[in-house]
Amino acid sequence: MNRKTKKTESHDKTGRLKELWVLFYTFLKIGIVCFGGGYAMIGLIEREVVEKKKWLSSEEMLDIIAIAESTPGPISINTSTYIGTKRCGFSGALCSTFGVVLPSFLIIFAISFFLEEFLNQVWIAYAFKGIRVAVLVLILNAVVNMFKKSEKSVFAICVALFTICMCFLTSLSVIYFLLISAAAGIIYNFIIRAVKHTRAAKNLQTSTDNAETENKTEEEEK
Amino acid sequence: MIYLKLFYTFLKIGLFTIGGGYAMIPLINSEVIANGWMTQEMLIDFIAISESTPGAFAINVATFVGVSTGGFFGAVCTTLGLVTPSLIIIFLIAKYFNKLTEKPLVKSAFFGLRPAVIGLITYAFLSLALQIVFTNVGNLSEIKNTDWLAIILFAIMFFISKIKIPNKKSDKKTKLHPIFLIILAGILGMLVYGVIEPALL
Repeated sequence: MNRKTKKTESHDKTGRLKELWVLFYTFLKIGIVCFGGGYAMIGLIEREVVEKKKWLSSEEMLDIIAIAESTPGPISINTSTYIGTKRCGFSGALCSTFGVVLPSFLIIFAISFFLEEFLNQVWIAYAFKGIRVAVLVLILNAVVNMFKKSEKSVFAICVALFTICMCFLTSLSVIYFLLISAAAGIIYNFIIRAVKHTRAAKNLQTSTDNAETENKTEEEEK
Repeated sequence: MIYLKLFYTFLKIGLFTIGGGYAMIPLINSEVIANGWMTQEMLIDFIAISESTPGAFAINVATFVGVSTGGFFGAVCTTLGLVTPSLIIIFLIAKYFNKLTEKPLVKSAFFGLRPAVIGLITYAFLSLALQIVFTNVGNLSEIKNTDWLAIILFAIMFFISKIKIPNKKSDKKTKLHPIFLIILAGILGMLVYGVIEPALL
């Protein structure tokens, strides 16, 4: 009896190790193949995890993207941590995140030793003068896409303009502006809710007043 | 103690990068460049390198800054710092608070954060653009060399980036991958700054 339970336990252990290895290996592959990071990675993760491995349904994947986008941290790390946790708990999260980080870490580590010399070559420097302009285009397109997807309220535009002005005028870390705007969002929604609440209360009161007067008139008629 | 500082700096960056990818640029501007670990020009070059090597931009930048300031262990510190906040926050959400992002307080905080991030990236774009067009100028009163070729190049690249190619698999048209844009820009850069500019002067 005792031996039997031990056996199944050890079997579970090897099964778990195998699953951790599969998690690590899957995200290692994603980390190697994915160029450009972020949203490019989401498509790849979807193909591997939803279509091939069937670990998640496509609705779950959408939920994960929403969570990854609306929490701090790079999207690729958030998604891999989430899937790792869902599969094998904290050790799963560690394995998948390690897998997704390892390829870029090693590649950039290798590149960094000769990058500066590489950039100092005359023709490479010319090429990078052009490439810098292309990067500007990429950033502009990213901002425009973000703006198109976002809600365009007066409040949102004010916050965006406020942060731009503050950046130009002060040399504080952007972290303060992020904290201020989060607080502004909370206060704004609080006020909106309070206003709605008092309005609803007023409406209720007037309607009850009306009802009361109606009742009175009805009583009087009687 | 440089290791501790590297870890702490990238911990902050990991904690305050919201929206991923390019949302990190303003933070790197105010945390890494302010420390003198990287120049703004290097940052732009690095965005290009990240777009044309595998892996996420965030990890690439963290590794690079780590290696160039503290060697291998520096890179380990920065990458660990970057990953730690996501690992803890997402682990907790996945395990215990599935509905955390639907809570009213969290929702209204993000209601303010999202436009702020758009504003920050817009500012990053504007300051990088000013630096590229008015080469190596710290403040606006020192404007001397306006790089007109860069402005023309920007217009050309912008139109190319809007070109859509028909996809074989579906009816949807897809945009060019950023790598092609970067390679093309490299060739155009050699042509413009290596051949055309010397010919004009």
